[in-house]
Amino acid sequence: MKREDPPVILDSKHLGLLLESLKKSGYLTVGPTVRDGAIVIDEIDKVTQLPVGLTDTQEGGTYRLQSRKDAAFFAYNVGPHSWKKFLFPPEQRLWTLKKNGTKFQFVDIADNTTRYAFIGVRACELQAMSIQDRVFQNGHFQDSHYMNVRKNIFVVAVNCTQAGGTCFCTSMGTGPEADTGYDLALTEVITGSLHYFVVRSQSRNGAKVLEALPHKPATAAQLKTANEMIAQAEHEMGRSLKTHNLKTLLYENYEHPHWEAVASRCLTCANCTMVCPTCFCSTVEDVTDLTGENAERWRKWDSCFSQEFSYVHGGSVRVSAKSRYRQWLTHKLGTWVEQFGTSGCVGCGRCITWCPVGIDITEEVRRVTNGK
Amino acid sequence: MPAKPDAGTPGKKKPKLAVWKFASCDGCQLSLLDCEDDLLAVAGAVEIANFPEASRAVVKGPYDVSLVEGSITTTHDAERIHQVRRASKFLITIGACATSGGIQALRNFQNVDDYVSIVYASPQYISTLKTSTPIDEHIHVDFELRGCPVNKHQLIEVLNAFLNNRKPNIPKHSLCVECKRKGLPCVMVAQGIACLGPITQAGCGVLCPSYNRGCYACFGPMETPNVPSLMDWLEQLGVDKADIVRALQTYNVNAKAFRKGSLA
Ligand code: SF4
Ligand code: SF4
Ligand code: SF4
Repeated sequence: MKREDPPVILDSKHLGLLLESLKKSGYLTVGPTVRDGAIVIDEIDKVTQLPVGLTDTQEGGTYRLQSRKDAAFFAYNVGPHSWKKFLFPPEQRLWTLKKNGTKFQFVDIADNTTRYAFIGVRACELQAMSIQDRVFQNGHFQDSHYMNVRKNIFVVAVNCTQAGGTCFCTSMGTGPEADTGYDLALTEVITGSLHYFVVRSQSRNGAKVLEALPHKPATAAQLKTANEMIAQAEHEMGRSLKTHNLKTLLYENYEHPHWEAVASRCLTCANCTMVCPTCFCSTVEDVTDLTGENAERWRKWDSCFSQEFSYVHGGSVRVSAKSRYRQWLTHKLGTWVEQFGTSGCVGCGRCITWCPVGIDITEEVRRVTNGK
Repeated sequence: MPAKPDAGTPGKKKPKLAVWKFASCDGCQLSLLDCEDDLLAVAGAVEIANFPEASRAVVKGPYDVSLVEGSITTTHDAERIHQVRRASKFLITIGACATSGGIQALRNFQNVDDYVSIVYASPQYISTLKTSTPIDEHIHVDFELRGCPVNKHQLIEVLNAFLNNRKPNIPKHSLCVECKRKGLPCVMVAQGIACLGPITQAGCGVLCPSYNRGCYACFGPMETPNVPSLMDWLEQLGVDKADIVRALQTYNVNAKAFRKGSLA
């Protein structure tokens, strides 16, 4: 249930209490932490594991960590991981079979009952989760593995107060401020010697957690500062994308020569789809043990960039790199709308940053639609 | 596909497995020995009829399944591989040597006679072909398993699939897919380290990027490798053209995409 309580102030030194309280309530706290030169999402127990005093610079095919002069906890932009790795794990066992004479018997797989608290979810990522909800909780087609995890999460959102070099959430209408879909939303403010969070709660769960933490009502001046900082992020978006009439423009330019130009650079490596928080494609693999007595079915992330993905009798439907890149982009920004009622892109910029050769969805769209 | 072999059903004959060696370092055969617990299961499911690395005992053919390691570098081997084919119902090549010609295929880029005399004290005893070629240039191969050496889980998977008459789960997509499923931040994007992962077939378990190193393409080209594009990008990253070429000219130098890329 959405509800909106008056915003309050949480001193930065009490952030640890938030983690503790969530853990005490039985949540597994997962959030940003540094690994192998990037800010990834992983299990975190204490605030010192957060990327304190760090930020990142991002460009097409480039990501670098950088130190800041302050001790900000959340002054970075989205990294190579997204929350989909918890809701829709990269590799997941769907079922197990045991041979029983001439018959096979299903062995139940225990549901994942982990209750995750997601710490530091950005506005675009909230939107990405709601887009994946439409995929995995779609009328008759309900994915129980996804739903089991989804229904139990506690979301601590963080509003962006700076934009990354490849971000374009304002173009996609998804950020930089968290709108719905969270329990608590924080805006981190650092001015002079002051370091605090403006906290909004949007659910009963959120309000309960907040109540137990030391907090004060937010003053008008504090709210103004926080809003100005979010506006700052809005002004420094690294990228932009014209979305007006985009679906039609893409359909009209199905044979545009630029598709071939992108294809000459595209490695068909699938990084873009792996890092994208909305891409949901998977393959299933059946495995047996050597005796053939036991079998398992696994679901693994797959990609429209692999040949096997569109393999039907006799071969792959999309043999050329051109057809695969075009399929990905046109689905993401065009046919997705017809399929699910929203765009499949939230403007997080991951596919641009993490493309090993810096292919840029915003730039390719500009070329293919002749800048319209 | 041959008829389903009887996988370890008591009282029934077990399928006969043979392992063959051509020009190679034995590393792939050792991967089979390295399977430890799984090897016992394999030994339970098949009759190991010929496996020089493990035992000197040889059981006469024909064999239900043959694993072939190594490339063809001599006239003698070029004939022997036909005998192996004739004696094998299902033939699987294992490793970079058998599937692309191996590191020894570097000779394909030179004139062998020019350096035989430099390398060997008595070159008159050396009888060798001018090229090192993969097995499938000589005979029909039923399945190719990549790697230098092959990955033991993939090796078991291929045998397992054969024994259970199903398709092996051996993807041909890029290493990047495996890298991302593992949750590793890309070493090229985050650290500027040259990585051949995007043009390399998955399967190794992402060994090098897991240790913050770039991929060396031991598993050979992925299904649709765009070598020129990656080469351009690596040059932009500041890698010397000569170093990029050298990176392509290793275990899978003779694989078409790498050969072409390295000669461009
Ligand atoms: S398409 Fe790219 S920018 Fe859009 S949501 Fe996916 S990764 Fe982010
Ligand atoms: S667009 Fe980039 S990340 Fe995506 S498949 Fe092509 S090269 Fe890989
Ligand atoms: S580290 Fe290498 S294998 Fe992994 S995503 Fe980057 S380029 Fe691909």
